[in-house]
Amino acid sequence: MRSDLILRVVAKLLIPFILLFALYVQFHGDFGPGGGFQAGVIAAAAVIFYALIFGLADARRMVPEPLVESMMALGVLTYGSVGLAGLLLGGNYLDYFVLAHDTVHGQERGIFWVEVGVAITVSGVMLKIFYMFADRGKVDDE
Amino acid sequence: MAGAVVVLARSRNLFAVVVLAGVYSFLMATVLVALDAVDVAMTEASVGAGISTVLFLGALYLCKSEEAKPVHKPWLPLALSIAVAVTLVYGTLGLPGFSNIESPIHQHVVPRYLTEGVKETGVPNIVTAVLASYRGYDTLGETTVVFTAGAGVVALLRRRRRERKP
Repeated sequence: MRSDLILRVVAKLLIPFILLFALYVQFHGDFGPGGGFQAGVIAAAAVIFYALIFGLADARRMVPEPLVESMMALGVLTYGSVGLAGLLLGGNYLDYFVLAHDTVHGQERGIFWVEVGVAITVSGVMLKIFYMFADRGKVDDE
Repeated sequence: MAGAVVVLARSRNLFAVVVLAGVYSFLMATVLVALDAVDVAMTEASVGAGISTVLFLGALYLCKSEEAKPVHKPWLPLALSIAVAVTLVYGTLGLPGFSNIESPIHQHVVPRYLTEGVKETGVPNIVTAVLASYRGYDTLGETTVVFTAGAGVVALLRRRRRERKP
């Protein structure tokens, strides 16, 4: 599949837009449909698409495995530390009202970081599972 | 959708089954859009039709693409699943009608979310507000579940690869 010109060109055209759409879903999730989970899945799907067309080794070079593994934990830690930040600033755990001077701004800020955490974990896990499956197929080939 | 399900159950070629499952997910996503649940539809389209299809194809690459002949007769599992389905459908008869405003679920906290949600959180998408703010603990739990699932897959598959190498 590596030599298929049409697939390669179309993939190169599409992948930036898929990533952009993932960011749109992430940051516009407050106003339109979407949010961290969907954005994480779409971003992971873009990388999986890249791996399907250009091969797993290239995708691994672009998004290396240690990064993916640390993303899995980093997202949960981001989510948890939003809760801790609320605790440190004098509220309850996961209390967003204290994160800014204005309670509404605090809510917006809390929701934003929570969604970022969800997106990071979800896309890390999806990519890791895909890498694992694809890698097993290659091992069996050799 | 019903047609897709019948062909899914009848087909012995697993490749066709995987592609049809993706088609089914897309149809389900359109149903969810028709029900005004756009967030869920987006998840269904990207996870159900996109990533799980790719993962199934990856798994299919590791095994034969023809389903093996069943060893047992299918009557007992069939009777069991029909019995469970009948029980579940009988259970739904006791639920309030779809989009009935009088039903208890729409009387408890929903009015507060709908009227005060934007004022309290500044987020016009009620789904996001409920998910990340009012039900923040639940979402933290869900994220942890996703993380645990990923960690479990890593633990299972990595050990097997190491066994093979030496």
